[in-house]
Amino acid sequence: MSTPAEWIVKQPQGLLVKPASAYIDPMQPVEHAIITHGHADHARAGHKHVYATPETLAIMATRYGQDHARFIRPIPYRKTVDIGESTLTFYPAGHILGSAQAAITHANKTVVFAGDYKRTPDPTCEPFEPVDCDVFVTEATFGLPVFKHPDIRHEMKKLLSSLSLFPERCHLVGVYALGKCQRVLLALRDAGYEKPVFLHGALSKLCDLYIDYGFNFGELIAVSDVADLRTLAGEIVLAPPSALADRWSRKLPNVLTCMASGWMQIRARSKQRRAELPLIISDHADWPELLRTLQDVNAPEVWVTHGREDALLHQARKMGFKAQALSLVGYEEDDSS
Amino acid sequence: MKAFCELLDRLYFTSSTNAKSLLLQDYLRTTADPERGWALAIVAGTLETKLFTRSQLKDLMAERVDPELFAISYDYVGEMSETIAHMWPDSPQKAESGLPSLTELLDEFSSRSKSDKAEYLAGLLEHMTASQRWALLKIGTGGLRIGMSTRLVKRTLAEYGNVSIEQIEGVWHGLKAPYTELFDWLEGHTDKPDVSDRVVFHPLMLSHPIEQGELQSIVPDEWQAEWKYDGIRTQLVSRSTGKALFSRTGDDISHSFPDLLQDIEINAVIDGELMVYRNGKFGSFNELQQRLNKKKPSKKLQQTYPVAIVAYDALSIDGEDLTSLSLVERQSRLFSMLAQQKHGQIIPSPSIDFDDMDELAKLRQQASDDSNGNIEGLMLKRRASTYIPGRPKGNWYKWKRDAKVIDTVMMYAQRGHGKRSSYYSDYTFGLWDGNQLLPVGKAYSGFSDEELKKLDRWVRNHAVGRFGPVREVEKALVVELAFDSVHYSKRHKSGVAMRFPRVHRIRWDKPAAEADQLDTLKKMIL
Ligand SMILES: [Zn+2]
Ligand SMILES: [Zn+2]
Repeated sequence: MSTPAEWIVKQPQGLLVKPASAYIDPMQPVEHAIITHGHADHARAGHKHVYATPETLAIMATRYGQDHARFIRPIPYRKTVDIGESTLTFYPAGHILGSAQAAITHANKTVVFAGDYKRTPDPTCEPFEPVDCDVFVTEATFGLPVFKHPDIRHEMKKLLSSLSLFPERCHLVGVYALGKCQRVLLALRDAGYEKPVFLHGALSKLCDLYIDYGFNFGELIAVSDVADLRTLAGEIVLAPPSALADRWSRKLPNVLTCMASGWMQIRARSKQRRAELPLIISDHADWPELLRTLQDVNAPEVWVTHGREDALLHQARKMGFKAQALSLVGYEEDDSS
Repeated sequence: MKAFCELLDRLYFTSSTNAKSLLLQDYLRTTADPERGWALAIVAGTLETKLFTRSQLKDLMAERVDPELFAISYDYVGEMSETIAHMWPDSPQKAESGLPSLTELLDEFSSRSKSDKAEYLAGLLEHMTASQRWALLKIGTGGLRIGMSTRLVKRTLAEYGNVSIEQIEGVWHGLKAPYTELFDWLEGHTDKPDVSDRVVFHPLMLSHPIEQGELQSIVPDEWQAEWKYDGIRTQLVSRSTGKALFSRTGDDISHSFPDLLQDIEINAVIDGELMVYRNGKFGSFNELQQRLNKKKPSKKLQQTYPVAIVAYDALSIDGEDLTSLSLVERQSRLFSMLAQQKHGQIIPSPSIDFDDMDELAKLRQQASDDSNGNIEGLMLKRRASTYIPGRPKGNWYKWKRDAKVIDTVMMYAQRGHGKRSSYYSDYTFGLWDGNQLLPVGKAYSGFSDEELKKLDRWVRNHAVGRFGPVREVEKALVVELAFDSVHYSKRHKSGVAMRFPRVHRIRWDKPAAEADQLDTLKKMIL
């Protein structure tokens, strides 16, 4: 067992690292799971052993309860540990709080599973760190040249200028509960927005966790604590995307629907979401970032896990890398939660 | 044009018409002449010239990006302008402040040669953001669809100037970009512009489909019947200053019918139906279609399908406004004028007298039995009715012939099977329920191979989204479906289903907003 292609195999549960007897972000409960980050499609409950960063474990405990796994193994960034016949080191992935690339070394070869990642600066997490390796395993969620995500400050300006143009409308912003929500809150404060921000109930637990980690979001108020909802006219309300179109949002006054996601770049997608104000904010690498990362990491071999592989494979080969698609199924198109 | 690009983006995504109106008013208030006038023309769709072509764009793109990456991206995005907007290589420095004004932009494109245009276009795209590029490409290829109907634009202007929408209607077609006269009036600097001697379109009076209950109100003394001809509604404006032919929406279609216009020597505004007319006989709607949308019709085409106007109303004759006279009065003036014309290209459509409802029903039956399809039913008009633009209640009714038909809007398209598998040939159609469309049925048949190719091309050029094999299309094409009956159904969100719906006629000329309401279909349930 010398080449990585021999000791890393695709199984129905996910990618199995044979010398570690562990799966990376498995879709079903397994004995040993290495979890790159806390998004629900990567971090599932019910594994026996979980290896993850302390922040990721805290997120999982917040979501699933302390007993989501029998044994947990917190491993901070850049600390190397032995797992079976291999070693594991986590490096920051720049995706969300605690998100990690898993670098696994066996038989003198290192494979880096980048998980979900981005290169754009994000104050809620440590920046992505390129790691020397023989095989770089990348996502391709936004793996098309049409995806070039703008600066978040530009998108916040869009939101705030809409608020001044429509001061009587409640600006309801769809955000994923983990990562996007907190990043948007910090960006709003950074843009000088000082009024309280109102939160859908499903967002509060994770915001509290971030606050425990020392993040300051300014004043947050739960929508359920607001006695007269009409007072939310002209305010910013954050809610998970699923709440944008359901009964809950109908009780808000004169709603202007905003949606924060990398997909909002495609007009048809925004229309599908009925977003009147699409905010293009992504926690995944866009096309230029994907290419830059292939160059920075400069691994001779590139594997693409999930997303829009065709274009990225074509481009990676043009750039001189050996590239193949793993076509993993089961990961969401975006961070659904 | 930076502010205008931002406006277009906001209008595109905003669904509420009130909010759209506010956005546009805000822009008009904060933008100077003539810039805002050109912007208004683009939003209202009155700027007819295309700045560049899609093939010019494709050439520019081919020089810059990997064709394989472009193909993959285009397939994903499903829309050319947006794909190019995102894929155009970003230049290292953005010179956003250096974007030209709309006025400069239009000027540059109209004064440059073809190859110069391409170079200028490339230079612009170079320095734009993706959404600015999208706006420019949409403006330039004439494919901008931001959900601003002409009606909504007029409403916005009325609100902006605190005048009535009727006043806007009255001058709108007499004015041209950059509309400085209009803004001067709306902002109180001058009086309302006088457009009475301009060769302009006058908004039409439209009819309602008649319902069973309303038939009883049709009494012979007060009402008259006319044949409802199966052509296209047209307005002839002929004055000493010039002549023009307009479509029902006010598009100038004169260039397609030079043969009709050249011999007309009257001073009048006439409302009628444009028909193919050969040796004293009317041609079919299909024949008429050969003549539509032809920029420069060949001599041969003009001779094969000569046209005439079946005239049933006059808005003015010899400079006199007739719109406040009764229908009987207007028609008598019209017909006596027509009796004196030298050329027979304007044919009077006289009223048909009837003594009772039985007789009227027989007339309609006659229209239904008429197999050559020049007549699609009856028009019932109140004799005393004045000419009121829009769709006033209780004045004009249409009573279509038997085969039930309804004007729907295409919503989705899917590739067919077998030999049609390379064409989008299976369509889902919807009807208006308030301001949203609800699907009411699918149709796969009723069109010729020629029409299929045209429909397929239309779908590909107007696709906005993709759900697996299904393409969602812009809600812009009206298709008249024929069907045997309609009943309640729980399977559709609309609550109704048609039996044997088939494409009866593709209404390339009709705006989607004028397609039928869901209620109209529901009322056909027996
Ligand atoms: Zn994720
Ligand atoms: Zn993911």
